[in-house]
Amino acid sequence: MIKLYKLLKPFTMSVMAVLMLVFLQTLSELYLPTLMSDLVDIGIVNGDTDYIIQIGLFMLLIALAGTVCSVIASFLSAKVAVGFGSNLREKVFSQIESFSLHEFDKLGTATLITRTTNDITQVQMVTVMILRMMLMAPLMCIGGIIMALSEDRPLTIILLVVMPILAAAIGIIAKKGIPLFKLMQVKLDKLNLVLRENLTGIRVIRAFDRSDYEKRRFEEANADLTSNAIKVNIIMAALMPIMLLIMNLTTVAIIWFGGIRIDSGGMQVGSLMAFIQYAMQIMFSLLMVSLMFVMIPRAAASAVRINEVLDTFPEIIDPLPAQQADEPRGLVEFKDASFSYPGAEQPAVSHISFTARPGEVNAIIGGTGSGKSTLINLIPRFYDVNEGSILIDGIDVRDYTQADLRSKIGLVPQKTLLFAGSVSENISYGKPGATQEEIHAAAAIAQASEFVAAMQGGFDSAVAQGGTTLSGGQKQRISIARALIRRAQIYIFDDSFSALDFKTDARLRTALKKVISSSTVFIIAQRVTTVMDADQIIVLDDGKMVGRGKHKELLESCAVYREIVYSQLSEEELA
Amino acid sequence: MMKGERMKKRPAGNHSMGPMGGMGRPVEKPKNFKGTFKRLLGYLKPRSLQLVLVFIFAVLSTIFSILSPKIMGQATTKLFEGLMLKLKHVPGAHIDFAYIQHIVFVLIGLYVASALFAYIQQYIMAGVAQKTVYDLRQAISRKLSSLPLKFFDSHSHGEILSRVTNDIDNIAATLQQSLTQLITSVVTLLGIIVMMLTISPMLTLITLITLPLYALVTSRIASRSQTYFAAQQKSLGELNGHVEEMFTGHQVVKAFGHEQESIEEFKTINQKLYQAGWKAQFISGIIMPLMTFIGNIGYVLICVVGGIMVSSRSITIGDVQAFIQYSRQFTHPIVQVANIANVIQSTIASAERVFEILDELEEVPESNNAKFIEFPKGHVKLENVKFSYKEDFPLIENMNIDIKPGQTIAIVGPTGAGKTTLVNLLMRFYELDGGKISIDGVDIKEIKRGNLRSIFGMVLQDTWLFNGTIRENIAYGREEASEEEIIQAAGAAHADHFIRTLPDGYNTILNEEASNLSQGQKQLLTIARAILADPAILILDEATSSVDTRTEVYIQKAMAALMEGRTSFVIAHRLSTIRDAGLILVMNDGKVIEKGSHKELMAKGGFYADLYNSQFTGADLEAV
Repeated sequence: MIKLYKLLKPFTMSVMAVLMLVFLQTLSELYLPTLMSDLVDIGIVNGDTDYIIQIGLFMLLIALAGTVCSVIASFLSAKVAVGFGSNLREKVFSQIESFSLHEFDKLGTATLITRTTNDITQVQMVTVMILRMMLMAPLMCIGGIIMALSEDRPLTIILLVVMPILAAAIGIIAKKGIPLFKLMQVKLDKLNLVLRENLTGIRVIRAFDRSDYEKRRFEEANADLTSNAIKVNIIMAALMPIMLLIMNLTTVAIIWFGGIRIDSGGMQVGSLMAFIQYAMQIMFSLLMVSLMFVMIPRAAASAVRINEVLDTFPEIIDPLPAQQADEPRGLVEFKDASFSYPGAEQPAVSHISFTARPGEVNAIIGGTGSGKSTLINLIPRFYDVNEGSILIDGIDVRDYTQADLRSKIGLVPQKTLLFAGSVSENISYGKPGATQEEIHAAAAIAQASEFVAAMQGGFDSAVAQGGTTLSGGQKQRISIARALIRRAQIYIFDDSFSALDFKTDARLRTALKKVISSSTVFIIAQRVTTVMDADQIIVLDDGKMVGRGKHKELLESCAVYREIVYSQLSEEELA
Repeated sequence: MMKGERMKKRPAGNHSMGPMGGMGRPVEKPKNFKGTFKRLLGYLKPRSLQLVLVFIFAVLSTIFSILSPKIMGQATTKLFEGLMLKLKHVPGAHIDFAYIQHIVFVLIGLYVASALFAYIQQYIMAGVAQKTVYDLRQAISRKLSSLPLKFFDSHSHGEILSRVTNDIDNIAATLQQSLTQLITSVVTLLGIIVMMLTISPMLTLITLITLPLYALVTSRIASRSQTYFAAQQKSLGELNGHVEEMFTGHQVVKAFGHEQESIEEFKTINQKLYQAGWKAQFISGIIMPLMTFIGNIGYVLICVVGGIMVSSRSITIGDVQAFIQYSRQFTHPIVQVANIANVIQSTIASAERVFEILDELEEVPESNNAKFIEFPKGHVKLENVKFSYKEDFPLIENMNIDIKPGQTIAIVGPTGAGKTTLVNLLMRFYELDGGKISIDGVDIKEIKRGNLRSIFGMVLQDTWLFNGTIRENIAYGREEASEEEIIQAAGAAHADHFIRTLPDGYNTILNEEASNLSQGQKQLLTIARAILADPAILILDEATSSVDTRTEVYIQKAMAALMEGRTSFVIAHRLSTIRDAGLILVMNDGKVIEKGSHKELMAKGGFYADLYNSQFTGADLEAV
């Protein structure tokens, strides 16, 4: 938290001003009862109406001054806190954008999202609270004590007795309540889990006729949650009455002991009245401080999560100085390349060596977890190899700038991802500033023209975030068009035909052949039919290359390949 | 979708942020306030006795706390009188401590009683609120289990979840706090006015003068801050959407080198958020100081006028003190009532959404003399079946199929061709528009739903496993299955081996996403589950695209074992299955477009023949 507040530096002046203004406002709040006590002790006792009116006007002036201070303070603190949140958000976002996939894997996409959004909002909210209320609380408390002392020293002893009692009461309730509060979240999560399972598995539940069983599960979770909620609320029910009771009894005590003081002539009635008001102000500030203890731990947890992001630095950075290929063609060479995910026992891919030439189709096949996607993720440097190297046109990928390297590559990722926007915006994502002709041409090759034309707005039709309005096959085709429009030297299709039906798949591959004749193409596929006519098939098993060659060769030489083929095709189709 | 959901999230934090927290936030307006409110009250009815008690205790607690300033004022007056007499050197003048002592005891009594009553009131309310909410949740759970699948297919999970959690939480918080706050605030306001009147009508008038000021300031500022809060909420939604989109698409952003563009866009939205944000914070931040200022005006007026009145002996000093306390307490309930009005509105809107679910149309009820097929043979017959999801878009018309027990029906077609429609109809997840489906000669409408569904076994591609042990997941199909039977089923599904290699074997608990198993292993478990359930008719999905080749071989074998001797509907991907099937249904765009045996369909030269040829002669397509 404190570490984050270093970002407040550009706001130093404003923060100082807020401090100053809050201090002035507190002073005015504290000064009012003093004036009132004068009004009573001098004005009323002497029956001096002029004096009363004079002091009254003065009080109004002070109140006004206090209000002005606090409005300005509110203005500044709003700008500071929201500005701080804004800067922090931008910093975190930029930092995350520089992360490689490795950092994304390490932290997880979902938490990165909440860290950039909710966590920062949380910290910003607490900052507002701190600037607006919590700065005031200690000032009010200290100021109140000073004023109380100045009104009547011996009577302050009452406060000395009461304040620890109040603190203890808050402490005890917090100690009892907080574990229950935490449990509350756990039980709520459990209820949500049951409910979510009920929603996602509705067909299975109905099919197995287990609705009653699921109802019971829900009821259990519900009852559990309810009984915990009742416990929490019963404890919280005690909080306010106890607080009020302590405050009220303090007032009574002040009247009693104050009365004795007045009787002995050590104190005046106005002072007593002022004293009561100071006591209230002190105790309210204590309450505010206790509120701080509720708010700050939550924000602190958020701050820790944010700092974790800010302290994570991308592993993959641009080299200095970077190199450029003299004659870029798209020749890719793997030289004994190995890579293991951090913390993994086994390398994901190990000792891979092969050459992929421009104009050739290189297919990669293998079971799940055999390292296919990992292998191709090494080419655009989403990860860096641990051993060996990968060269493009004779230069190590680590010697290019990332921008230069990736501009050579047209990638169609396994998980199709489209952005909110129109169809043509999504396609031209691959080449900003592409012309309509280019977009249409790319779509035609990707076999997308037909269905895009059938959409209401054609190429201007809106695509929802994540492309939820399109079918899997349609998304894949747009994603392919997005890569094709780049006219890249290297194309990578990571299982990009899986959602296409056989017919479209075949047509697309035929159309592709002409376009990518001078590029190096990598295709990851599950279907044997997709890879059968590749120039080079690389068979992976457990991260190792167990076969390399053409379909016919591999059928004879590679057992793993044969196994895959036989599981998909019958004897006669092979012939 | 996500954007919408985020933005819909109501400021549930209202209650935890003190009286000022919800001030000036945009309020959601319910459509039918009165009706929904009445209906919500209906849920409180079984606890009306407790509610009456809560009301009584709340009123008592408030009254006692309102009485005390006046009584305390009497003590101050006595002090002052004694002092004045002393000052005037009246002989024998002293402060009447006996009287003050008496007052002090009365005060302690009042305060303790007030605190106690407040506690009791909150204590009872905790039970009332939580139990009411419990009932609501149960009602939803019951409702969800009797809603047709149509409902689940047309509502997103997030939407339903949000109603059961966020909306119900909202209702709970309001019942717990706002309701009693409303009672105490109103009683306090009235009580204070009454007390003030008994002390001094003149001073009361002065205090009441400030009321319109409060109203003016609140309404002015509130309407302004609402616009800013709405703008802030909008930018925040936009920002969250952008972050989510960019982070989930990180690989694509990187691959296409769009990091800088993404940051630029973020900055633009962030700037908008900042502009709306600081204004919203500022405006809502000045409500409190302005309220205090108005309070202070009242305070000063009372001091001055009260002071003058004391000098002229028309009021006692203690009364002025009491008055000051009353006028200070005055602000709080006003702010609270204004606030609670908003909270209640958004609560009713929440309740409305919950009731919307409770009002959904349920599945057609079972007739009392529904039949029960004890030993199903698996003879399925479709006669003139007609069905559509949307009225103007007929999917199935006049379908007639007669399937003998033990026969296999292959359903083929491109992805997304609507193959689940058949599942929906066979298991009566959806009702037919015309015609009938019968099993062993009995119309499925006349079979008890539970019985009908237990005749079927399902192994679909999206495996559904729940958060429990592997044993529980396999036994899901037959609760009373013995350990032996479970292991046998797992064995038949080729799952026994991998289960035993797990550290806890059959007791391994599947985590929430069941990510501790591979896709293929999950599929084997669902096959084991189906084997254990021993259904007469099977519905299988052969798609195994994300399964490695070795597991796939196991799955194939397990499925073959499962299909042995049962009527099976197979969403087929493998040619051998398709060709050996007794009947092939070819689907496209949700419709059954062709049906017949492999030979018949090939001879027909239609869609199926096309599909078949393209799959295995893809390389030669150029020539076509």
